[in-house]
Amino acid sequence: MNCKFVPSVCSYCGTGCGVLFEVIDGKINSTLPLKSHPVNQGKLCIKGWNLHEYINSFMRLKAPLVKEEGRFQKATWDEAINHAARNFNRIKEEHGPDSIGVLVSAKVTNEENYLAQKLARAALKTNNVDHCARL
Amino acid sequence: MTNSIAEFETDSKVIFVIGSNTTACHPLIANRIIKAKENGARLIVADPRNIQLTKFADLAVHQRLGTDVALLNGMMHVIIRNDWHAAEYVEKRCEEFEALKKTVASYDPERVEAITGIAARDIEQMAELYATNAPGALLYAMGITQHTTGVDNVKSCCNLAMLCGNLGVPGGGVNPLRGQNNVQGACDMGGLPNVFTGYQPVADPEVREKFASAWNCGELSDTPGMTITDMISAIDEGKIKGLYVIGENPKLSDPDKNHLDHVLKKLDFLVVEDIFLTESAQVADVVFASAALGERQGTFTNTERRCMLTQKAVEPVGNALPDWQIISRFATALGHGMSYDSPEEVFNEMASLTKSYQGMTYDRIGIDGLQWPCLAKDHPGTPYLHKETFTRGKGMFHAIEFKEPAEAACAEYPMMMTTGRMFAHFHTGTMTRVSNSLDTEQKTGYVDINPADAEKLNIASGDMVLLTSRRGEIEAPAQITDSVPPNNVFLPIHFGENPTNTLTSSTAFDPIAKIPEFKVGAVKIEKLIA
Repeated sequence: MNCKFVPSVCSYCGTGCGVLFEVIDGKINSTLPLKSHPVNQGKLCIKGWNLHEYINSFMRLKAPLVKEEGRFQKATWDEAINHAARNFNRIKEEHGPDSIGVLVSAKVTNEENYLAQKLARAALKTNNVDHCARL
Repeated sequence: MTNSIAEFETDSKVIFVIGSNTTACHPLIANRIIKAKENGARLIVADPRNIQLTKFADLAVHQRLGTDVALLNGMMHVIIRNDWHAAEYVEKRCEEFEALKKTVASYDPERVEAITGIAARDIEQMAELYATNAPGALLYAMGITQHTTGVDNVKSCCNLAMLCGNLGVPGGGVNPLRGQNNVQGACDMGGLPNVFTGYQPVADPEVREKFASAWNCGELSDTPGMTITDMISAIDEGKIKGLYVIGENPKLSDPDKNHLDHVLKKLDFLVVEDIFLTESAQVADVVFASAALGERQGTFTNTERRCMLTQKAVEPVGNALPDWQIISRFATALGHGMSYDSPEEVFNEMASLTKSYQGMTYDRIGIDGLQWPCLAKDHPGTPYLHKETFTRGKGMFHAIEFKEPAEAACAEYPMMMTTGRMFAHFHTGTMTRVSNSLDTEQKTGYVDINPADAEKLNIASGDMVLLTSRRGEIEAPAQITDSVPPNNVFLPIHFGENPTNTLTSSTAFDPIAKIPEFKVGAVKIEKLIA
């Protein structure tokens, strides 16, 4: 058995409690509060204690999907990304850059948010960038 | 937050919580509040509902929905009348005090009682508790912001804090509790229509030049873009044809679901990137499967501006990819090459363009994180803001008149509705409802109804009721509880089969922040005969 503890931060509310994922043989087995963390000092709420459950859910998406005639089909990454990019570039050409909007996310990392707004501004050339902070 | 979570416990002498159900939505912040109470701090809670935190309060009041500006003006009226305000601080650090004084002069406790339903003597006592126990921390959440007067409400909170000299001191502050783990970070990273990272305006030619040259991408658009609220109307009008949605479920989180469903059908192409096949992903043309927390490395910035590093613990499920890789590949396919070896490389590029993060590196952030602004490699980070001076120099008071919310009870829709979260679930439920331990706590949506109303309508706990607003109707089981006042109902937002956003309005929103008025609406309730 291979067991390790990996530090992370709870992904539910904005409090930002420090957690340790207990990883056994490549699977997150449980979530523990980080004792020394300045925010939560070794405590968690009911959602935090069960943080790993959504990560391990059998409902997780495991491959990109492309809709064909109203039904989703599993696709390779190249197929899905190229299909999406072709359509966005067509829309941009027909209706201008501001005919596309990008909703970045309060759930992904800073790095990913940075890249998403960079994609909107540098690749699509639009400032139509927002996220769900208002909702 | 202007201040830090730990300060509530260690420094605050009074804590004023308004529009935040803290024990349910931010439990580990509520924990600090309760510890502060044990240490002798005073606690004031103002919430339309009888939330759990009221049990710990020295004084708990229940304002009528949407009357926060009147309540805060009333408190300031009492404070100024009694000379409890921090006169020297106001003189030295603030401006426009006379305008504020003039406006709040007409908000005497009797008038405020008539507007808010809070007894005049309670308003006097709230004012005294907040003003005479310094430093005082003011905490709020969506109960303040999700209103047609959201900006007015926030400014009123700031007025009160400045009036009592509570900004720029440990244990004080105006502290919005962010509802998502990276709301703060998404804003800091320029996930907004008018700014790049660190709130650098897109309208500023020098800023645009800086980013255009760093990104090597030619000219950048100088026109501020659309907010999510505006985008929905623009899709309806045919102005927006393509939408790329990352880690978000607008079909449950945006107001007026029926209208939204109709509008989304008008899109030429919808791309959704998520870890689950959410209600929104189901109607997409392409779905990108993302890696979750623990399946990739990266930083998050919490509500107290603390940027923290999370590590990869396991491989992504199936063929899912980290969002930073998906976005890079998508941008490249769109014609702007992006190539990064690691999230750290992305972070360093961002930090080099963003003053408040420029002193941060992965090594420095470590497990405990660093609070921005962090200006240099030896800067320790900033636990509380506005120490010597405000960002704009002097702190400006805004004289604000009370305005009624968009909807009032009427003959056809006689009950007032408010919406929010409950303790075991999160937002649109995509993460918590697949979690067995959390699903066990609450399996379905519900509507909280006061016993007096339940008796009038002959409704028992568990009875199915039909709720109707000007937008649409939903069914939900009734839960009879005095946590809501008579003539008010509360609905949680987590449950797709009882979609609360069918009832909420997409035309009632704050004119500046464009935030919908999720906290106030008028509804009709009828018992469904089984």
